[in-house]
Amino acid sequence: MSDHRDDGPIVSAKKNADELTAATIPDAQGSSAVARAVTINRPVAEVYAYFRDFSNLPHFMENVVSIDTPDDTHSHWVVKAPGGTTVEWDARVTEDQPNALIAWTSEEGADVPNSGRVEFRDAGQRGTVVTATILYDPPGGVVGKLIAKMFQREPAIQARRDLRRFKQLMEAGEIATPAMNKKQFEEMGL
Amino acid sequence: MRALTWHGKHDVRVDTVDDPGIVNPRDCIIKVTSTAICGSDLHLYDGYIPTMKAGDILGHEFMGEVVEVGAKSTLKKGQRVVVPFTIACGSCYHCGKHQYSACDNGLPADNQDIAQELYGQPMAGLFGYSHMTGGYAGGQAEYVRVPFSDVGPIVIPDGIEDDKVLFLSDILPTGWMAAENADIEPGDTVAVWGCGPVGLFAVQSAFLMGAERVIAIDHFPRRLELAKKFGAETLNFEQTDIYDALMLMTGGIGPDAVIDSVGLESHGLYVDNVVDQIKASTFLGTDRPHANRQAIIACRKGGRVSMPAVYGGFVDKWPLGAFMEKGLTLKTGQTHVQHYLPGLLQAIIDGKIDTTFLISHRMDLEEAPLGYQKFHDEQNDYTKIVLKPGLNG
Repeated sequence: MSDHRDDGPIVSAKKNADELTAATIPDAQGSSAVARAVTINRPVAEVYAYFRDFSNLPHFMENVVSIDTPDDTHSHWVVKAPGGTTVEWDARVTEDQPNALIAWTSEEGADVPNSGRVEFRDAGQRGTVVTATILYDPPGGVVGKLIAKMFQREPAIQARRDLRRFKQLMEAGEIATPAMNKKQFEEMGL
Repeated sequence: MRALTWHGKHDVRVDTVDDPGIVNPRDCIIKVTSTAICGSDLHLYDGYIPTMKAGDILGHEFMGEVVEVGAKSTLKKGQRVVVPFTIACGSCYHCGKHQYSACDNGLPADNQDIAQELYGQPMAGLFGYSHMTGGYAGGQAEYVRVPFSDVGPIVIPDGIEDDKVLFLSDILPTGWMAAENADIEPGDTVAVWGCGPVGLFAVQSAFLMGAERVIAIDHFPRRLELAKKFGAETLNFEQTDIYDALMLMTGGIGPDAVIDSVGLESHGLYVDNVVDQIKASTFLGTDRPHANRQAIIACRKGGRVSMPAVYGGFVDKWPLGAFMEKGLTLKTGQTHVQHYLPGLLQAIIDGKIDTTFLISHRMDLEEAPLGYQKFHDEQNDYTKIVLKPGLNG
């Protein structure tokens, strides 16, 4: 028997994906893993710079109410949760390679312990490949995760949609919406 | 404003709804002057398309006058424009390659989930065609919000009446792309299954691209007459065995290219993959896959298959063996409308393409529910209905 490990991204492994993912994230926090990749038709420097300024993130992250950034490595997050509540945490940047990588982890006492990495790779004519890997502990464990999914605030669904919005904002300069007018837009949220 | 809204199977109404307004910087608002009922709208009417909500405004073939512009729109108030049915951003990788119907950003992020699950990747957004294609309000209304208005709409010069250019929104470019996908070479014989609007435009386009002969296949006499008017030879599958006839007409070779445009719904998408499979196979399992099978069997060795007709899900008994053994090439896809607009507008201005022959009836927007009923029940006579808001004063 060969123990050949294939080239599939770690988080797509059929076994122990969460453990393997945790091993790639400094000071990993969280037990559920989600990874998404999106290609954005803009230069890597532009994409990285927009993302690195965390105060930009609420523009495309639907559930993020606010992010305060007292300094370059620390941030305070307020995020919508099911049932009209919010959850909060402090986060710390654990690794930052300009135009390549941002990794973070939540600090002690977080409502939702989480950590992750966002990689930026120059893809030439196609722009920039952004790969986000997030580890998190859903509030209320498995039941909480199910409830969150029902309300579509499940981090895996949210990460996928947020990355699409990020792409739309970077490429098209605006986020596509079916709202017919401003009133409908406000009713829909974001 | 007044708008045609969907409320359920065979229940569409003209309601008073909120006026649209600018939401994003690239938006514009147009005042609709002409809007058509498409064959694919009948699938909504029949209740076959999932993710519809009561009150949704229908319509994806429309044109009108620009009345409001967002900060980043390149249009000006007062300009007349035709709007493509596909909503595409113009900035993503696919739009850069003019594959507009594959736009990454036309669908709102939340609406991309279904297409991603079904097809692997989401496609562009569409006007007035359920929530899985974006949930955008459609054009069978007095006013419409048009996203990405700097990329989609084409400005129509003064002096060209609506009826000549309205079909740039969908069915004319769809018929043209169908012919282009057949890679026609001078001297070719092209066979077209289905003489609805798309098929008829494919017939005209095939001749313009150098086909020597076009053979049009249908069973509605009125449609076959229209095809004949454009120089096609016609075959009525109720009178004639299609394979035998095609072999005799082409000296046993078969048509060099075949175009399957059966079903009017050149983008009546996703029917059979979401509606329950049994219902769908009863509904679709008769002549549509049959036409496609027949086209592949008739096509000459090494020939080309073009498929503007829509197949949303899975097809049974598709002749994959014949397709492989004969070395055929298949090209298909939703129409990249934006790519074709400038060239086709010029062809209309130059008188090379006629579109007005198709219109059988003109009605006020207020009469739209009657229009749907007639279009649904009397297909031979009602080839195309154009709705004009305010026609009856």
